[in-house]
Amino acid sequence: MGVALASLAGVFVSAYLWLYKLGVIGTLSCGAGGCATVQLSPYSVFLGVDVPLIGLAGYLGLLALGLLAVHPRFVAERWPVRTLMVLSAIGVVFALYLTYLELFVIHAICRWCVVSAVLITLVFVLSLLEDRRMRRAAG
Amino acid sequence: MAGGSMNRFYLLIATLAVVGGGVLYYLSRQSKAPAVPIPVSVQPGDTAGFRGYVLGPDSGAVEIVEYADYQCPACQTFGLVEWPYVRERLIATGRVRFVYRDFPLDGPHRWARLAAHAAACADEQGKYWEMHDHIYETQGQWSPSRNAGSIFREQAGKSGLDLGAYDACMSSGKYAGRIQASFEEGARLGVNSTPSFIIGGRLYAGVQPYDRIRALVDSLSRTP
Repeated sequence: MGVALASLAGVFVSAYLWLYKLGVIGTLSCGAGGCATVQLSPYSVFLGVDVPLIGLAGYLGLLALGLLAVHPRFVAERWPVRTLMVLSAIGVVFALYLTYLELFVIHAICRWCVVSAVLITLVFVLSLLEDRRMRRAAG
Repeated sequence: MAGGSMNRFYLLIATLAVVGGGVLYYLSRQSKAPAVPIPVSVQPGDTAGFRGYVLGPDSGAVEIVEYADYQCPACQTFGLVEWPYVRERLIATGRVRFVYRDFPLDGPHRWARLAAHAAACADEQGKYWEMHDHIYETQGQWSPSRNAGSIFREQAGKSGLDLGAYDACMSSGKYAGRIQASFEEGARLGVNSTPSFIIGGRLYAGVQPYDRIRALVDSLSRTP
């Protein structure tokens, strides 16, 4: 449940940033942060795709898996949780790479990106704990 | 998990999804990126007392009028390479009175009018030339962007503008007519490309190197 809720929050954060990048939302609520600097930098595009769009697709996938993992039909299956763990681990590595870019290359911090990094870490930790719980229960 | 609590959980997710979607929709309605209309009809009040953005002495100097488009790469070249010399060696020394006029080419330069409007809003706060420089410096960043307005806003912040007043000015679009008037005046004078300069009453098209401008100013200064 926690995974699905955190993923849903991630969907909104990445959708917000993507709509901003598309020009649908004029300004970001970012306080004194450097959201615009980060979002409009050349590093906001990865392999030709907007980074917030990658995040949106990733969080939607995690949300679907998170809902699947708690569905009575799949609740005893281990593959949804393991897939969640692998995908969120990739997400954590990507978030670390983006945080490195913010701190040492762009020299600006986007607080929404920080929120997203926390959320993906939360998804990873929760799926890791669930996988351990299932392993113990099986063992 | 029991069926009842599952249903409650799915209901919670669905409710949060609807609320979140509604918030995003609301935000997209509230803070749409500003736009400057094209074409716009010029009203008499648009040009009242305005003859371009002026730098330099009021009299006793050679007047150079530049017609430029903020999104034109050649204008950026002039703005970044030649302009600093013109400013330091000719304007600051009182030899030249420089006038910047907007000549947005539109077409592929879809942000040219918005850039000109952002600069006009900076002028309202006495920061025109700071904004002028920042817009040209970041042309490579905002020109291909889908949200140039945010970059202009960021540059407005760097130029020291009060962002509340800047936002209000940008949302109003009040300088759209003045920008169009400047374009129409340039077209009447024969400008058909940017940058174009009017020096001593003659039109010079293309980037004019500092040395050529100085030679022209020298020549015009000697004219009795």
